[in-house]
Amino acid sequence: MVEKTTNSMSESIAVKPKAEVNNLNFYYGSVQVLKNINLALASKRVTALIGPSGCGKTTLLRCFNRMHDLYPGNRYEGEIILDTDGINILSRRVDPIEVRMRISMVFQKPNPFPKSIYENVAYGLRVRNESRRNVIDEKVEKALRGAALWDEVKDRLKDQAYNLSGGQQQRLCIARSLATEPEIILFDEPTSAIDPIATMSIEELIEDLTQQVTILIVTHSMQQAARVSEFTAFMYMGEIVEFDDTKTIFTNPSKKQTEDYVKGKFG
Amino acid sequence: MSGDNLQEIRKLIARKNVWDRIFAAIGLLSMLVGIVTLLALIIDLCSDGLPRLSWQFLTSFPSYKPEQAGILSAWVGTTLVMLLTAIAAIPLGVAAAIYLEEYAQKNWIADLIEINVTNLAGVPSIIYGLLALGLFVYKLNLGESIMAAGLTLALLILPIVIVTTRESIRAIPNIIREAAYALGASKWQMIWDHVLPYSIGGIMTGVIVGLSRAIGETAPIITIGALTFIAFLPDSPIKNEFPYISFSWLMSPFTVMPIQMFNWVSSPEPEFQVNAAAAGIVLILMTLAMNSLAIYLRYRFRKNIKW
Amino acid sequence: MNDKQLQLSKQKQITPKLIRDVRERAIEFLLFLAAFSCVATTVEILFILISESVAFFEKVSIVKFLTDTQWTPLFSDAHYGILPLASGTFVTTMVALLVAIPLGTISAIYLSEFADNRLREWIKPCLELLAGIPTVVYGYFALVFVTPLLQKFFPELSGSNMLSAGLVMGIMIIPYISSVSEDAMRAVPVQLREGSYAMGATRLETALRVVFPAAISGISAAYILGISRAVGETMVVAIAAGLQPNLTLNPMEPAATITAYIVQVSLGDLPHGSIGYQTIFAAGLTLVLITLVLNIAGHFLSKRYREIY
Repeated sequence: MVEKTTNSMSESIAVKPKAEVNNLNFYYGSVQVLKNINLALASKRVTALIGPSGCGKTTLLRCFNRMHDLYPGNRYEGEIILDTDGINILSRRVDPIEVRMRISMVFQKPNPFPKSIYENVAYGLRVRNESRRNVIDEKVEKALRGAALWDEVKDRLKDQAYNLSGGQQQRLCIARSLATEPEIILFDEPTSAIDPIATMSIEELIEDLTQQVTILIVTHSMQQAARVSEFTAFMYMGEIVEFDDTKTIFTNPSKKQTEDYVKGKFG
Repeated sequence: MSGDNLQEIRKLIARKNVWDRIFAAIGLLSMLVGIVTLLALIIDLCSDGLPRLSWQFLTSFPSYKPEQAGILSAWVGTTLVMLLTAIAAIPLGVAAAIYLEEYAQKNWIADLIEINVTNLAGVPSIIYGLLALGLFVYKLNLGESIMAAGLTLALLILPIVIVTTRESIRAIPNIIREAAYALGASKWQMIWDHVLPYSIGGIMTGVIVGLSRAIGETAPIITIGALTFIAFLPDSPIKNEFPYISFSWLMSPFTVMPIQMFNWVSSPEPEFQVNAAAAGIVLILMTLAMNSLAIYLRYRFRKNIKW
Repeated sequence: MNDKQLQLSKQKQITPKLIRDVRERAIEFLLFLAAFSCVATTVEILFILISESVAFFEKVSIVKFLTDTQWTPLFSDAHYGILPLASGTFVTTMVALLVAIPLGTISAIYLSEFADNRLREWIKPCLELLAGIPTVVYGYFALVFVTPLLQKFFPELSGSNMLSAGLVMGIMIIPYISSVSEDAMRAVPVQLREGSYAMGATRLETALRVVFPAAISGISAAYILGISRAVGETMVVAIAAGLQPNLTLNPMEPAATITAYIVQVSLGDLPHGSIGYQTIFAAGLTLVLITLVLNIAGHFLSKRYREIY
């Protein structure tokens, strides 16, 4: 089953891959959460992970920036290769901090730090020991523009980030991860905690971002996957059932399970 | 990302990781300072006082001759004062906590009471001594008695009892209350049959933690003018003749362990310092015993009740 | 069932309901009285301190009390200046805080952000044990262990001194500061931590740049708690810092604190109503005012830095 998926995947991706997941297994303690995952992220494209709750899509996403390393009892098998330089980011020899500096993440709930708008965006730069004021100013502005937030906040950069609305906070978090010019941005259900109008603006933003960066997005909403992504992987019980370009997944899936899910029969 | 850039990032991360490890070492050392001091204190106390600990020490009255002195009146006094403290603090504290958790409306009186509970927890213990001096000793004419000391310490630990009782009452899920009401229980029946029995573990833990604090309190007892040289025991609470129980011990003069220890510490003769160390060992053992009891109770009740 | 029967059965039910209502009300009232006893305690504390202090200030002017540099109420040449006692309290508190704030804060950061669960479960009870040791034992320890130890380094140090009392007091209040600060830091939502780690921050950067600022209100509350413990601490200073009022800021010297003075007077036998008796209430009122100011400061600090997650 997996081999077939892999084949169809490599056929469908005409663009250069940015990262490749090869035979990834992931365990929490003795429980296997991810089973033999194979996936390729197309460079400067949006790839979506869909599937019912608990299918492991967020777990897979969090493998990409080694978030699981923060908690005890995790074990990775297999590899995720970054095609830029061929390193396996799951390797114990690769520092998770290095991985996180190259692959940033936007969370489910907006999580701005209790700091000013400016300092939130500058955080990643400060963590990289950037201290030149003009460089930071410039990158903060660029990131805020990139996140379509600049016009709304340029006059109150010193305000507390908590004073922003939910949608603005999430765009601030996107700006925060843009500021350090990552290679991949991971989105973990980025619109599940905000209102529909703000959701729309974030979806537009995600599409715009593909000009600069590769995106992997976990979403609960199939419509969202259909709207923003070019490739979609359907996951179930810790496995990738089907991975293809989005149109095929939604209109002509090859697996019965995928079809049932996208037609709303379960999940 | 270019290779050069990556090399720089790796160097940066290596440097940052060194700082991480340096801080971790400093953190461990900081905690060791406290723990090493604790060890030094216990070793020092034991090396000074352990040889002095004997049956004779536990069963003798204080004396002007250091080698004949003992802590009989002190530990008897401590036991009686703690008994009274518990008798006074438990019903008062538990009742207050029940009121605040189950009855109080969100109004200014409830706020006022809440603020007072928090503030009282922060009032220095010696101030309770001044309160006791003015109120119990002189206004209520209790004198320098076990009664005055017990009530003082009861007021002192009241905030602790209230806070812990409230926490364990709050931990009882509302569905339990609703279940009781649904069976036709009145509010008090619900509290008496459910809230109190289910929170008893937390309440007992709180009381014991409070008592373990009270047992070492010295300042408020000094302030009420407790005599430090007591070579007799209070009247026995249990009698051979009718009515078998006597309350005259309540008004008896007394001494307690920390006062006895303080008395010996302040004495210029080094032989008395040895007695102080020995008394200190007994006092710490008493506190430790109560603390372990509290930990055990907390563990046991947490294990038994699962929501 | 006809009307008459219905009426009868209603009447029968009224009485038990009435009894139950009255009983419920009576119980509620009793419980309220118990809760109100806390307010009564506060009022009584203030009433006693203020009424005795008023009697004191009828004989001694407040200006004299606040500016006189001597405190000799039991001498024939009586002076009633609180400054020497206040300076003793100030110096011992400062020494204690210099020990407790850095050690307590670093321990809290370590326990909250660095230690794994097993280590935390071992170390926390050990630290909390520090707060459980009776203060009179700490006084003994300061006097017979710490002071002789310090005298090896500073031979001119006198037998009673504020330095050793302050140091021991500092160790004693570490757990107050570390456990309240740790609670505050652990209450910082995990999303904020993950946000920081996801940006490539190390544990130290996450702790210092995100968790610590987010928890600052709780941490400042911990500091305030530590300060008011140190200001109100009695037995350690009474035993190890001496009972002589001494207007100095030098921690190497002996000096009485406000609390130590109250102990010293209580050890003697002062007649009820004499001016000597009243002085301890004036001293106590000063102490309560200091802790009150601290509490209010803490309240405003935490309001100012209150964070909405």
